[in-house]
Amino acid sequence: MKHSVVLSHDRCRGCTTCIKTCPTEAIRVRRGKATILDDRCIDCGRCIQVCPHRAIRAVTDPMDRLRDFRYCVAIPEPALYGQFHHLWNVDLVLNGLLKIGFDQVYESARASELLAAYINKRGAQADRPAPIIASNCPAVLRLIRIRFPRLIGNIDPLVLPMELGASVARREAAERTGLRPEEIGVFAIVPCAAKATSCQQSEGLEEPVLDGAFSIRDVYMRLLPVLKELGDDLLPLNRSGAAGLGTAVASGECHARGSKRFLAVDGIDNVIQMLEEIEDGRQSDVDLIELSSCTQGCVGGCLNVENPYTARMRIRRMMRDMLEAVPRRAACAGAKDLSADDERDLRFDRTLEVSPALLLDEDRAVAMQKHLKIEALEGRLPGLHCGSCGAPNCHAFAEDVIQGRASLDDCIFRVRERMRGVAGPNGPDDYLPPPFRQQEKPDKGPGE
Amino acid sequence: MEPIKLVYPVDGGDFIEAGEASSKMKMTLKKLGLPSDVIRKAAICMYEGEINMVIHADGGQAEVEVTMDQITLKMVDHGPGIPDVAKAMEEGFSTAGPDVRSLGFGAGMGLPNMKRYSDELDIQTELGKGTTVTMKLKIG
Repeated sequence: MKHSVVLSHDRCRGCTTCIKTCPTEAIRVRRGKATILDDRCIDCGRCIQVCPHRAIRAVTDPMDRLRDFRYCVAIPEPALYGQFHHLWNVDLVLNGLLKIGFDQVYESARASELLAAYINKRGAQADRPAPIIASNCPAVLRLIRIRFPRLIGNIDPLVLPMELGASVARREAAERTGLRPEEIGVFAIVPCAAKATSCQQSEGLEEPVLDGAFSIRDVYMRLLPVLKELGDDLLPLNRSGAAGLGTAVASGECHARGSKRFLAVDGIDNVIQMLEEIEDGRQSDVDLIELSSCTQGCVGGCLNVENPYTARMRIRRMMRDMLEAVPRRAACAGAKDLSADDERDLRFDRTLEVSPALLLDEDRAVAMQKHLKIEALEGRLPGLHCGSCGAPNCHAFAEDVIQGRASLDDCIFRVRERMRGVAGPNGPDDYLPPPFRQQEKPDKGPGE
Repeated sequence: MEPIKLVYPVDGGDFIEAGEASSKMKMTLKKLGLPSDVIRKAAICMYEGEINMVIHADGGQAEVEVTMDQITLKMVDHGPGIPDVAKAMEEGFSTAGPDVRSLGFGAGMGLPNMKRYSDELDIQTELGKGTTVTMKLKIG
């Protein structure tokens, strides 16, 4: 699996903060440094947000990749618009993109509206188990493949808006310029690690349709000086409405689809809880579920500049302004704008596969034997989940030992037992830090 | 082969926590690589059993036994017992009070769902002593 979440060995101090928050228990600390278990990482970026040493980053393409192509198209995610103070017109940002090296823009928000138009045209899907899970967040799709394989059938197999945007934009650009499609560079401007990864390895498509991903941060820094110089003679580039814009925040997708009975959940822990409930059959009275790994939706992604709440407020304000300017026309794109090519490009061209990353063994009998060993071993561990062994909790550690990823000696409490004989009169309490001592040391008072 | 045994205490009076045993059990079953439709059925049975114990018996204990060809779920409580098992099995019949119903529970689908999603259902109950509901699910 390809990933855009990467660890800097120089910066990592092996502090174990990240291992505890990873929703798929994908990080271990080994020899003083964190390492990511490749097949478990879903690129949600949670570790990036909690790392106190900024040792984990989401890698995106450097902006000079624009020079690799004769003609470059930007696919800005709508979260980008939420980063700027006093932005009253989306066209300002879109014109700015043309000034910093792009030849054309195609808004991801526009593609969202095309997708919504397609979904409405398609109508209800009787063959799909309810509730339908929207495919808006690639981190969630990866999470489902790893932890909730049963729910793969609930996912609406539609590409990400930025992916549809890329296919449409490349066709349009090829027609306009006469260039071959591969001479055209199509780059997404992304708010998060998961979408950056999707540009290299798509969930629903065999071959990625994007040539790369730039982070909202990098683009923001380039745009800032340019925006100040833009005058009133802006090109009318904005082709999306309030509906598309709203997909930057949680529940935007549901609103764009015009769903009546929907649920929108944001934040990876809440998403996991919701997936558990869907699996237990506890969400039978909803038609559509939109799940976003980041707080408040895409505006909460780790590659944004602004905090998610401010960005959401700005997006909502822009939506209101748009609706006031053009009443009763939430979306600019409709079913009439859908071509046969678009309808082909907006569907997954492969089925999502179950990921075996969490399986103890492919052979169930062996898996059961391993489970029994893990249970037995876990019973001998202290259950403090201290993380000193480098695993997020005692169960994960026991699993690592049985799977050959760790040694029992990595548990400091096991070592303490062995040291009992060789330690001083107070046993290991003499050298262990306070949380791990068996007895309180007599208070020696201050100054000593 | 030695069966795998999992035990989960279920706290009484706590609707919010109900579902925890189901979640934990699911994680273990997934790691074992059991077929996903069996996991789903087991999860539904477990969740319904948890809710029942919370509503009627002030909690209890969920015991799971997994062998190569079968999952056995045993919901053991020391609650008031079920006066009329046949009545309790009817869809829509519930003795849950209005406070419970106002929370969206007590629709009288607990035991019927447990019967529907398991291959075998057995109820041992004694008034004033408690109830043990045993469900067996075949692993295809």
